[in-house]
Amino acid sequence: MAAPGTTIDENFITHEKGLLSWLTTLDHKRIGVMYLMCVLGAFLLGGTAALVVRTELWTPGPTIISHDVYNQAFTLHGAAMVFLVIIPGIPAALGNIVLPLMLGAKDVAFPRLNLASWYLWVIGALFLIASLVTNAADTGWTFYTPYSTTTTTSVIPAVFGAFILGFSSIFTGLNFMTTIHKLRPPGMTWFRMPLFLWALYSTAVMQVLATPVLGITLLMLIVERAVGIGIFDPKLGGDPVLFQHFFWFYSHPAVYIMIVPAFGVVSEIFPVFSRKRVFGYKFIALSSVAIAILGFLVWGHHMFTSGQSVVASTVFSAITFLIAIPTAIKVFNWVTTMYKGAVHLETPMIYSLGFLWVFTIGGVTGMFLSVMSTDIHLHDTYFVVAHFHYVMMGGAITALLGGLHYWWPKMSGRMYNEKLGQVSSLIVLFGLNLTFFPQFIMGSRGMPRRYYNYLPEFQEMHQLSTIGAYMMGLGFVITAWYLIVSLKKGRIAPANPWGGHTLEWHCSSPPPYYNFHDAPVITEGPYEYADWTYDKKIGGYVRKGQ
Amino acid sequence: MSEATTADKTHGADGHDHSGHGEFPFLAHHFDTPQQQFETGKLGIWLFLVTEVLFFGGLFCAYALYRSLHPEVFEYAHFFLDTKWGAINTCVLIFSSVTAAWAVRNAQLKQTKMLVINIAITILCGFGFMGIKYVEYSHKIHDGLLPGSHYQPTLHAWDTPAYKAKYGSGEHATSPAAPHGKAAAHDKGVAPTEGAPASEAKPVPFSERKVGPHEFNVEPRNVNRFFAIYFCMTGLHGIHVVVGIGIWVWLLIRASRGEFGPQYFGPIDYAALYWHLVDLIWIYLFPLLYLIH
Repeated sequence: MAAPGTTIDENFITHEKGLLSWLTTLDHKRIGVMYLMCVLGAFLLGGTAALVVRTELWTPGPTIISHDVYNQAFTLHGAAMVFLVIIPGIPAALGNIVLPLMLGAKDVAFPRLNLASWYLWVIGALFLIASLVTNAADTGWTFYTPYSTTTTTSVIPAVFGAFILGFSSIFTGLNFMTTIHKLRPPGMTWFRMPLFLWALYSTAVMQVLATPVLGITLLMLIVERAVGIGIFDPKLGGDPVLFQHFFWFYSHPAVYIMIVPAFGVVSEIFPVFSRKRVFGYKFIALSSVAIAILGFLVWGHHMFTSGQSVVASTVFSAITFLIAIPTAIKVFNWVTTMYKGAVHLETPMIYSLGFLWVFTIGGVTGMFLSVMSTDIHLHDTYFVVAHFHYVMMGGAITALLGGLHYWWPKMSGRMYNEKLGQVSSLIVLFGLNLTFFPQFIMGSRGMPRRYYNYLPEFQEMHQLSTIGAYMMGLGFVITAWYLIVSLKKGRIAPANPWGGHTLEWHCSSPPPYYNFHDAPVITEGPYEYADWTYDKKIGGYVRKGQ
Repeated sequence: MSEATTADKTHGADGHDHSGHGEFPFLAHHFDTPQQQFETGKLGIWLFLVTEVLFFGGLFCAYALYRSLHPEVFEYAHFFLDTKWGAINTCVLIFSSVTAAWAVRNAQLKQTKMLVINIAITILCGFGFMGIKYVEYSHKIHDGLLPGSHYQPTLHAWDTPAYKAKYGSGEHATSPAAPHGKAAAHDKGVAPTEGAPASEAKPVPFSERKVGPHEFNVEPRNVNRFFAIYFCMTGLHGIHVVVGIGIWVWLLIRASRGEFGPQYFGPIDYAALYWHLVDLIWIYLFPLLYLIH
């Protein structure tokens, strides 16, 4: 294996110079970095829209914007966060940077397809923005018919953007599946793969199998809106509930496309920062696969009130309960990994602990919603909003931030300011709970989601929620600031600042252009920390005998 | 888009020879052997085909739903389609699949001349298919057999061989307000709201018109749905044929340069697999749309 040097003379960043060398690169690390910048830019866009929505809800009735603009703002927030940020966030950005490194491969299986999928992301994002600047769609990110085929806002660019982003996601998934199957070096057996790769693999399966259905659905929606073919339009004999079935056939697995990679990230962080081998490796690995399979069979739980038959609803409800089992297996194994470990509370670990806490709340409240009788009461209230924000924001985004800090030294070659990282992570986690916990209470008392106006008794809760949103915004601004500063002024990162044993920590930071000088030979699992000791001189871990 | 994909997939190679694979000019730097590269591409194209099946799956699902809920619409409307053209197109595509499969064998054995010939035949068949599709589509458009609110058939629409074979010609049970003479003049005055010729007496409402086979005294509701599904399915399939033609043209150029041989025939193999899938989808579409009983 490559010597744990700290050279940043020759690496993937300095290998070639100029903007064009980035835009035409086939290197997975560079594509991952470009993805990361775009995803974070879209996060700023979606986050701004969220703050507009929260500010508007400071008082009942009009506060800063009209009700039409409000509808457009929450649609933009939802569509940008789902399609532009969370779905590509961990797999396409972080995954691209570290997947081949962790696997011991030189690149992903299809480097050009990888670049093409980044360009598709950019084109899809441009279409979403085109809708925004013309007459932003006000359908919500779900594009339900028949409203989406009759509203006067520019739905077609937004839907077409989501269609293209779907293909970007499919190509990433296809690439990752093939890479993991075919490019494992000698000794890298399935059960020696880091758990992040198991999570990315399960995610890729869902991306490949679910997203095409979204593609055809959105295509039919576009044709419906453009020429009125009547597949979803009840006036012409079409069936709008069919749209909902198609949409959720994708969009429920999409929820797992968003959260399973997050499971993978924290599965890396917990053992490394507990200095202890991960507990229940096979259970964590295979529970990702179980979630991927079960995730395809639960879409109907979004439609308990859509006129679905009671039998179907009962079956969907029962399968939804089952998903709690593999998810709980993961949570118990992470907790047990920390048990009697030497827990280090650096920023990635704080985010992971926060993840454990808020994701568990999000997951358990999902169980409330999968019970048909309670769902009738809670359907389309802020309870649902709070539930999926605890999972998406508290789960996926928290893990994205954890992973970003964890791999930041590896991808940038610099250390960020640890103190600021710890402080801002606590601000973000506190703000997150302040934003969404009041929404559980409001929702259970009957505050409907997506409403512009509300009864005066909900005002306090709404204001707490808005304060929390601004607190999170503050945390993100601090994070962005110290990360950017670290690029210039940060301490030069050692090869292995955290003491991880997965293969990316065996190369220099940042990694060389070809990842590995010689194909690595793997003789043990990825969580054996006994050989790594902390070296004060270089501020990182070194392996015995090297 | 699909083209870019397949292009990428069939071709991760293009000569980036960074790590001394001198003897294999098409081996990409991140693979160790041509065998590994071929197997990787093969898995990639199969996964891509899975996504294609699911992509069409949505439309097949819509077909199954509407046909099971409204069989009378499909029973009624399939007479508008021309089985003869559909059958010819089926033969054309199956034949082109044979030449595509043969081309793979040619590439493996480095029979460059036969490879070029077989690819060229496959391309011609693709064009032939699209030509026939053009004839069929222009008939439909001409006769007003369109999806959704655009469905406004002329009486002329019943001049199909399937209908004549079953009921004989001249059997149009036309309504009193729309006599035979108007049919020849491509009368479109059937919808109650628009397009009615001013000179005629008040047109009979569309739902009460007596056209078509005798067992359908009155046209079933929402026949437009059949045409929505017909145009979506065959249209999407047609787009895939066009993309396939593009890929074959590109491979024809590469084949004529003699680039393929026993060590490197992946792109031909992958393109043929894609072409077989496109063929297979048509083999399902033909009976589902044309041969309804």
